[in-house]
Parts: sequence; C-alpha cells; structure tokens
Amino acid sequence: MTSQNLNVTDARNAPTVKVLGTSELTQERLRAAMWFLVPMLLVLAVVAGWPLYRTIYFSLTNASLTSLSGATFVGFDNYYSSTTLKSGKVLYDGILVDSDWWNAVWNTIRFSVVSVVLEAFFGMIVALFLNADFKGRGIVRAAILVPWAIPTIVSAKMWSWMLNDQFGIINDVLKRLGFIEKGIAWTASDATAMLAVLVVDVWKTTPFMALLILAGLQQIPKDIYEAADVDGVHPVKQFFRITLPLVRPALMVAIIFRMLDAMRIFDLIYVLTPNSSSTKTISVLAKENLFDFDKFAYGSAESTVLFLIIAVMAALYIWLGKVRFDGGDR
Amino acid sequence: MWDLVKKLLFYFGVVLIVFLSVFPFYYAVLTSFKTGTSLFQVSYLPSLSTSTWENYVGVLTNGSFPRNLLNSLIVASITVGVSLMIGVTAAFALARVRFRGRGLVLMTILGISMFPQIAVLAGLFELVRAFNAINTVPALVFSYLIFILPFTVWVLTTFMRDLPVEMEEAAIIDGASPWIIIRRVFLPLMWPALVTTGLLAFIAAWNEFLFALTFTTDNTHRTVPVAIGLLSGASEHEIPWGPIMAASVIVTVPLIVLVLIFQRKIISGLTAGGVKG
Repeated sequence: MTSQNLNVTDARNAPTVKVLGTSELTQERLRAAMWFLVPMLLVLAVVAGWPLYRTIYFSLTNASLTSLSGATFVGFDNYYSSTTLKSGKVLYDGILVDSDWWNAVWNTIRFSVVSVVLEAFFGMIVALFLNADFKGRGIVRAAILVPWAIPTIVSAKMWSWMLNDQFGIINDVLKRLGFIEKGIAWTASDATAMLAVLVVDVWKTTPFMALLILAGLQQIPKDIYEAADVDGVHPVKQFFRITLPLVRPALMVAIIFRMLDAMRIFDLIYVLTPNSSSTKTISVLAKENLFDFDKFAYGSAESTVLFLIIAVMAALYIWLGKVRFDGGDR
Repeated sequence: MWDLVKKLLFYFGVVLIVFLSVFPFYYAVLTSFKTGTSLFQVSYLPSLSTSTWENYVGVLTNGSFPRNLLNSLIVASITVGVSLMIGVTAAFALARVRFRGRGLVLMTILGISMFPQIAVLAGLFELVRAFNAINTVPALVFSYLIFILPFTVWVLTTFMRDLPVEMEEAAIIDGASPWIIIRRVFLPLMWPALVTTGLLAFIAAWNEFLFALTFTTDNTHRTVPVAIGLLSGASEHEIPWGPIMAASVIVTVPLIVLVLIFQRKIISGLTAGGVKG
C-alpha cells in the first residue's frame, strides 16, 4: 500500500466509464457489484468477525481450555479486579496489575520502535543504492529479495545456528578478530536476546522497507536534481532538502505498516528465543496463557488488549494521514 | 582521484549489501552438507571432502518431512485458489463500480489485513474444535483466509484500477453484463496480476506459523514451518542442526527461484500490497 495507491486518489483525474448514461445500466452494475461483494464479505465475517467477537467474549468470562462452553460471565475481572479480605487487605488481580503483562508490553514496544527505526534507516540506504544507476544493480535487487523470500521460521533457525554460543560462526568471527574471548550465548542470555531478535528481524525486513522506499524515490522527477546540480547544491544537502521531503509520504506509509506488523510479532521470537522473558511479546505471552497455562480467558483478555492497541494505532493513522479510500474511481 | 575513491566506496557498499543479504543462506547451505564432528567446526568455504548428502537423504526419507511438504503445498494452494476466486469479482466491484459504502468496505478489508493473528486465535480455536477439525486441512485453509483474502482483494483492486477503461466501455456498449466483462475483458488482461498476487499470497500462506502451530497436534499433520520450528533432539545440546538446515534449504530454494524469476512482478505487487513474508 504505497502512498500513490492510498493518497493519490484524485477522482477528478480518474477516467471513469462514461457510457453509463441510462440509469438502468447503472442499476444493473450496482446490483452486480453487490453480488460480487457478498461472498467476500460473508467469508470475512465468518473467518474474522466471528472469531474476534468470540475472543472478546471469552475475555469477559472464566473460560478454561477444557471447558469453553461452560464459561460464565465475569465482567472485566480478567482485566482488573480487587477483592477486600476480611482483614481489610485488598488484593488486586487481572492483567493491569500483572508484571508479566507489563513486561510483555514494554518488550513489544521496544522491539517495534527499535526494529522499525533501524529498518527505515537501513532501508533508506539500500533504496538510495538501488536508485543509483550502476552496473550490477540487478544483482543487488535480486540479492536483497533473498532475505525477504526466506520463511521467518527458517531465518530464525538459520540465525540461531549462526548465533550458537559454542559452534556459531558469529562468535567464531568475533573471537578471531579478538573482540571476545569466550563465546556469547546470544539467544539464551537475557542481556543479548533482544539484540539477537532485532538483528534477525532487521535482516529479514529491511529489503521490504527498501523496496517501498525505492518506489517512492522513483516518483521524484530527475530534473529537480539536475537543477540542483546546476546550482551547485551539495549532494548531502540535496538529500535533506529534496529527497527526504519528497519521499516522506512513501516512507511514512512504510513505517506505519511495519509498525503495525511489528506490534503483533510472534513466530520469530517463539522460535529464536523461547523462554526468554526479555523478549517475550504480547502475542507470545497470550499464546502461552491460552494454550500452555490453561488460562484461556486471561489469554483472551491479553489478545483483546493487543487488538485494541493496534486498532487505535490504525485509526489514528487513517485519521491523521487523511487516507482516502473512496478515490481512484473508474 | 577523489572520483575513484568515491566509486570504490560506492562499490564497497554494494558488495556489503549483497554479502549481508546472501551470507546467512549461503551458510545454511554450507551447514546442510555437513554431518558428525565437521558440523561443529566452523568453516567459511565449502570443502568437497567433508560434504555429504546425508542430511538431505535423511530428511527426505525418514520422518514426516515429505508429508509436511505436501501438507504445506495443499493448504497454501487451496487457500490461494479460494482467495483468488472470491477476490477477482470483489476487486472488480471495488475498483470499477462506484457505490455508496465503498470506502467503508475498503477500510474494513485493510483493517482485517492488519488484525493481529492472536486476536482471533481464541475464537478460531473454539470453532475448529467445535467442528472437530483439529489436524485437518480445512481448519488451516479456513484460518488462513483471514489474512490471505483481504490481501488478495486489496492487491487485485489496485491492479484493476490501473486497467484502461476503453475496452470496458466498448463491452458495455455491446451490451455485455458485468459478469461477461470480468470473464471476457478483465481476466485475459489480469493474468499477470493474478499470477503475481497468487504467488505473494502463496508465499504468505506457505510461511504461516501461529495457526498451523495451534491447529495441528502431531507430526504428520504439521506444515513445514511448524515442522522445522519444532524439530529438536533429545536435549538442548542435541539439536539436529544438519537436518534442520537441509530441511530449511529444501523449503527455501523453490521460493528463492520463484522470487528471482518473477522479480519485477513481485516488486510491483509488494509495493501495491504492503506485505511481509
């Protein structure tokens, strides 16, 4: 979803079928359009709408994995509840006072922000290279598609082998260069697990970012740069004064989409750093509670909150970005 | 002189990008040909004397890996087929017909494609269990539609918007119904878009992990990512790295070949759809 698809939807310039003079034809087209949409809307309602509704419902019950149907309504107890004991002591419960939950929230935010910033930075660099005219550009473009094409699970395994504490090539290189003496357990130790996850995610996703940014760069007319060259503007200044402002819409769209995607990360962390509390994100924590710890309702509540966070972010983006969905009409 | 330095620096950057992109995969291939003690000696270059096909033979003949490959192929193909079928007509309506509420429908589609998978997991699990569908292909196809269908519709809509209107106008003047227009006018023009969209959707379905992990419970029903993710030895120190790398290479090579063949189309589809593999 590049900027040109979302934003440049100027209906005035869009060629429209103009022969629809008679209203009868228009009516027929409208009816047909409706019938064409019905199957898709039905499928989406069943595969997405209904399960989402049930997840939210379960989050308000005491459902457990073994008795989903026997669940009774408990209100917002899974989110927050307090009971006053006879002694006058008040006990608080629910995810809002759960330190595991907040740990997962911070991990998710930390991961999302850092990974997306790094990916935007490196993506911009790669895109600038690809936007230059040089021999072998095709090879570079093909090469950067490799990380993108590799399944996430496979890249997690490949990297966990490379990052292996005893036999990993990365520790071997660092030892040979004299940076470390003993191998580091990158994925197992709490201090480095997040770093490992970030490295793999940045490696895998920077190409995607680069391609989105490249699409934006290619929209910039070349004669602007020619004019700047004639005026003797330094290339660095050209980048900050011309390239960056003009590529910003495409860059912002790419960043937001990556951000929404990063917030829900599950597979890479589940495989690369299992059992590490320093990388456990909301999705991983919720999955554990749902299916491993038999706290189905609690896990549903965590899933629901993640859904709400992402929904609010998406709504903000649509609102602030003034995305128009109704243009580009033909 | 300064120009030469600049050029050298530039090409150094180029080489670095290519090296960083490709090296992990190269190293996986290297490892996949090693067994026994040579596996635990770090090497940087392939050596013929220690290379063996043993891991590949093992992965493809013992255990359930061939079955996992077949499962992935079946699930991904059916999901993509269903999505394309429903998607083409929906995309026609969304791209070519102006009606009230179109913006809302498009927004819903985009919104669903951004759903965190975990948000529907509990509800889906209830459904799958109610239909006794744990360990079945329909359960996976059904759940995959959540992210494949919106993606397919979105990308096909952007492609369809860009097709010229003249032919459609001519068809309308000749009295063709919308259904005929889709079949006779758009489908022939849409083949490249369908192939691209189908390929991207296939890759996304092929790589899916969370639903497959939740809705399958034994090895013969797992898809490839889950099988690889859960491949493990008796203890932490007996992780079978050789077979894991061989399996990884087997599932990755077809994807890389496809992606390189369809490079240009994939890049245009990616920028239209904003997916992550």
